Amino acid sequence: MSLQETIAVAPIAETLHRARAGRSYWARVRERLLADPVTMTFATLLLIIVAMALAAPLIATYDPTSGSAFARLKSPGYAGHWLGTDEVGRDLWSRILYGGRLTLLCGVAPVAFALLVGGSLGLVAGYRGGLVNSFIMRSMDVLYAFPSILLAIAICGMLGSGVGNTILALTVTFIPPIVRISETITTQVRSFEFVEAARASGAPSASIIRFHILNNVLGPILVYATSLISISIILAAGLSFLGLGVTPPNAEWGLMLNNLRQAIWVNPLVAALPGVMIFMTSMCFNLMSDGLRSAMDVRL
Amino acid sequence: MSADTLLEVRNLKRYFPIRGGLLQRQVATVQAVDDISFDVRRGETLGIVGESGCGKSTTARLLIRLLEPDDGTVAFDGRAVATSDGIPVRELRRHVQMVFQDSYSSLNPRCSVEDTIAYGPSVHGLAWEAAKARVREILAKVGLDPALFAARYPHELSGGQRQRVNIARALALEPKLLVLDEPVSALDKSVEAQVLNLLVDLKRDLALTYVFISHDLNVVQYMSDRVLVMYLGKVVEYGPVESIYANPRHPYTRALLGAMPSMDPDRRGEHATLTGDPPNPINPPPGCRFHTRCPYAEPCCAAAEPRLAADASVSAHYTACHMLVPGSGHSAAPRIAA
Amino acid sequence: MWFFIARRVLYAVPILLGASLVVFVLMKMVPGDAADVLIPPEAGKEVADMIRARFGLDQPIHIQYLLWLRAMASGDLGVSIFTNQPVAEELFAALVNTLKLALPAVFLGFSLGVLFGALAAYYHATWLDKLFSGFAITGVSLPHYWVGMVLVAIFAVVFNVLPGQGMGPEGFPSSWEQVKHLILPVVTLSLIPMGVVSRLVRANVLEIRSMEFVSALAAKGLTGRRVLLHIMKNAAPSALALMGLQFGYLLAGSILVETVFNWPGSGSLMNLAIFRRDIPVLSATILVLAAIFVAINILVDVLQALIDPRMRR
Repeated sequence: MSLQETIAVAPIAETLHRARAGRSYWARVRERLLADPVTMTFATLLLIIVAMALAAPLIATYDPTSGSAFARLKSPGYAGHWLGTDEVGRDLWSRILYGGRLTLLCGVAPVAFALLVGGSLGLVAGYRGGLVNSFIMRSMDVLYAFPSILLAIAICGMLGSGVGNTILALTVTFIPPIVRISETITTQVRSFEFVEAARASGAPSASIIRFHILNNVLGPILVYATSLISISIILAAGLSFLGLGVTPPNAEWGLMLNNLRQAIWVNPLVAALPGVMIFMTSMCFNLMSDGLRSAMDVRL
Repeated sequence: MSADTLLEVRNLKRYFPIRGGLLQRQVATVQAVDDISFDVRRGETLGIVGESGCGKSTTARLLIRLLEPDDGTVAFDGRAVATSDGIPVRELRRHVQMVFQDSYSSLNPRCSVEDTIAYGPSVHGLAWEAAKARVREILAKVGLDPALFAARYPHELSGGQRQRVNIARALALEPKLLVLDEPVSALDKSVEAQVLNLLVDLKRDLALTYVFISHDLNVVQYMSDRVLVMYLGKVVEYGPVESIYANPRHPYTRALLGAMPSMDPDRRGEHATLTGDPPNPINPPPGCRFHTRCPYAEPCCAAAEPRLAADASVSAHYTACHMLVPGSGHSAAPRIAA
Repeated sequence: MWFFIARRVLYAVPILLGASLVVFVLMKMVPGDAADVLIPPEAGKEVADMIRARFGLDQPIHIQYLLWLRAMASGDLGVSIFTNQPVAEELFAALVNTLKLALPAVFLGFSLGVLFGALAAYYHATWLDKLFSGFAITGVSLPHYWVGMVLVAIFAVVFNVLPGQGMGPEGFPSSWEQVKHLILPVVTLSLIPMGVVSRLVRANVLEIRSMEFVSALAAKGLTGRRVLLHIMKNAAPSALALMGLQFGYLLAGSILVETVFNWPGSGSLMNLAIFRRDIPVLSATILVLAAIFVAINILVDVLQALIDPRMRR
C-alpha cells in the first residue's frame, strides 16, 4: 500500500478499532471458538450424543433391561433391532442410549464436583500461602502417591460398586490434580500488581478472590477440566468393565463392554460397539479441550 | 509533630528471611529497609531515589501497609497507623493510595477500565451505579473520554492510557496522599512528559500530597520539592531538591548526579564515578554501607554507621556521612570548634 | 545437590505413611464386619471372639493400624483369606508378570510418542502435523481395554495369528511362543504413553523452537536436523520424566488390560481379590503398588535434577 493510501485508510481503521473496542476476554474466546471448524464439529457431535442420551426414553425402541433368550447376539438389522442384540438378547440400540446417560453422568459429575471442591481448595491454598498452603498441598501429595486408576479401584473395591461409589471414587481421584493447577495459577495471579492494587484499596480477601482472581483462574481450569472429563469417561467405563462401577442390569457402556467380552468370539461387531461410543465421546471432550485452550491463548 | 506533617515515618524496618538447607531454616536476612525515618509535609512532593535494590519499592509498600513493618512507626495526620488508638488500616486505605508502574500485570486483563476503577469505591460501600458515575468523573479528570474508554480492556489501551487508568484507580477513593512507585519508568519519553504534567495538574487541582519514587534523577528533580536518597535500605541524604541537586553532600548522591547523562559537552565525565559492584543486600557491609564503593572511605567508615545529621549551612539538608560529622575520626571531618 | 536428594527421599516417608493411612481407612470402611468373612455362621460366641483376637480385630483401631503398618513395613503382607497363602509370594510373582508387560509397553509407547511428537512439531502446521497429532489424541481418547478387545477380535478371532488370552509359558520371554503372547497386550498398553508423550513432546518442541537461542543457532548456520538435535536435548528432561511416570502408571494401572487378556499379573490379582472380597490381598497389593509409584516418582525427580540444571534448588 502506498503512503497516501495508508493515510486515507487510517481513520477508517481507527473507527473500526473503536467500534470493536470493549470486547471482554470471554467474548473474544467465544468468537475464536465459533470460528474454529474442528472444535465446532466435535462440539456438535458431542451435543448430538448428549441429546440422544437425554432423549433415551423417547427414542429407545425396546426396554433396555429385558432380553430374550432367542435373540442373543444378533447382528444389526435383526427384527427391528437397529444395532443388534447383546448376549442376553437385549436391544443394543436402547442399551446404548440408556447406557450413555450413566456413562455421561459418571464422566461429568465427578469432574464437576472435583472442580468445586478442588478449585476452592486450590484457591484458598494459593491465596493464603504459608501453613494453610502447606497443609492442603501436602495432603494432596498423599493422594498423589496413588496412580489415578489405582485410587479409583481402591475406593470402589473397598466400598463396593454402584453409581454413587463410582462418582465418589472418581471425584476423590480428580481432586488432587485440580487443586494443584488451581493453586499454581492462584499463586501466580496473586503476585500480579492488580491484586496488590486491590488489596491496597482495602478490599477483603473474599472480595478480591471473587472479583479479580477467579476470572483469571477459571480459564485454564476449565481447559483442564474438559480434558479430565474425557479421562473420567474412560475411567468410569473402565470401572464398570471391571465390575466395580455400574451394576447389572443397568446399561452403561463400560459394563456392556464387559458383558460382551466373551461375545467377541461370536459376533465381534456387536461386541465392539459400546467401545466406539466411549471413544467418540472421549474424543469429543478432548478436542473441545484443545480448542478451548487455543481459543483462550489470546495474545493480550 | 506539626500540623503541617501528613505522614511521619520513624525507624521503619523490614527484613525478609532467606531459607535454605535441609530443613529450610532461615539462613540469612535481606535487610530491605533498615531504620529509616522521614516526614512528608502536606501538599509537597517527596521524591525517593536510589538504585535497584535500595529498598524504594519496599518502603512504598510499607507506607500503604501492603507489607507490615518489622519495627518502627508510621503516623498519618497525627494518628499512628494500625495501633489500638490510632487509625485502622482499612481507614488508612481511604487516605493513602498507590500508583503502580505500568506493567503487564498492573491491570486485570479480564476487567474493563470501568470495573477496575469502580472496584475500590464499591468495596468501601458505594453502590455500583454510584461507583460507575464516579468512574466517569475521574476518567475525565485524567484526560480519558469516558464514552470511549470506560468499556475498554487493558489490551485495548496504549501505555500512556494504561497509566492514566492506574492513576484514576488510585484517585477513585479520593485519597489525600498518593505513593507513586516508578509511575513513568515504563513509558516512552514523550508519553512520560504528558503523564508527569497530568500528575502536576492533578496535585494542584485536588490538593494532593505525593511520595514520588523513581530511579530517574531528572524526573525526580522535575517533580519533587524535597528528595530522599536511599542506599541499601538506609537514607543517606535528605533535603530540599534545589539544595541536593546543586550541592550534594553524600559521596553516593554526588556519584549518582555525576552519572546523569547530559547533552552539555562541558559536563562530560572522564571516568566512572562509582566503582565496584553494588553489594549484596543480604550481607550489607559493616558500618557505613557505602564504604566499599566510596572514594573517600577510611577505617572509621567500616567501624561505625553514620547518622543523619543536619548540614551546618543549610539546616533542612541532612546527610549521613562521617566526613561531615565533627569528631567522627574521618580525616575530612570538620574540626570540633575549640 | 545431595541435600535435594536426601530431602526428596525423606519426604517420601510421610507420604507413604499417609498413603498407608488411606488404605487402612478404606479397609475399615468396607461394608460389613471384617470378621464376618472369616467366622463361620454357626460358630458360637467363643469361637467368634477367638477368631477376632487372632486377626487382631478386638484391639482399638489405632493399635490395629500400627500393628498392620508394622507388618507391612517388615514384609509380612498378610495372608490371603481364600488361599491361606502369604500374600507376598503371590504378589511378587504377579508383579514380575506385570513387569513383562509394562517395560516393553513403556519403551514402545515412549519411542513412538517421541517420534510422533517430534515429527508433528517439525512439520508444524502442515497436514503431517495434523496426522500425528491425530494419532496422539486418538491414543489418549481410546479406552485401551476396548482396543485390546478389538485387537483380539482381529488377530485372534478373525485371522487367528496371535493368541488372545493368557501369558503362555513361564519365565523370561525368549521363545517365540512366549513373545507371541506378549505382542497384543503390550501394543494395547503402549497406547496411553504414546498419546501422552507425543502431545508433550510436540508442545515442548514447539515452545523451544520459538525461543531465541534456536534462532541464534540457525543464524550461526546450523541446518534443520542439527538444530532439531539441540531442541531435542532441551526437550529431553521433561519427556524422560514423563516416561518414568507413565511406567509407574502402567505398572499400577495395567489391571484393565490384564483383565482383557487374562494376563496373570498384579492387576488380575487385584481383580480376583475384589471379586472374592479378599481384603488382605487387595489392601496389600494397593499399598505395594503405591509404594512403587512413590519410589518411581522420587527416581524421576532425582534424574530430572541431575539432567536439568534448572531443577536443582
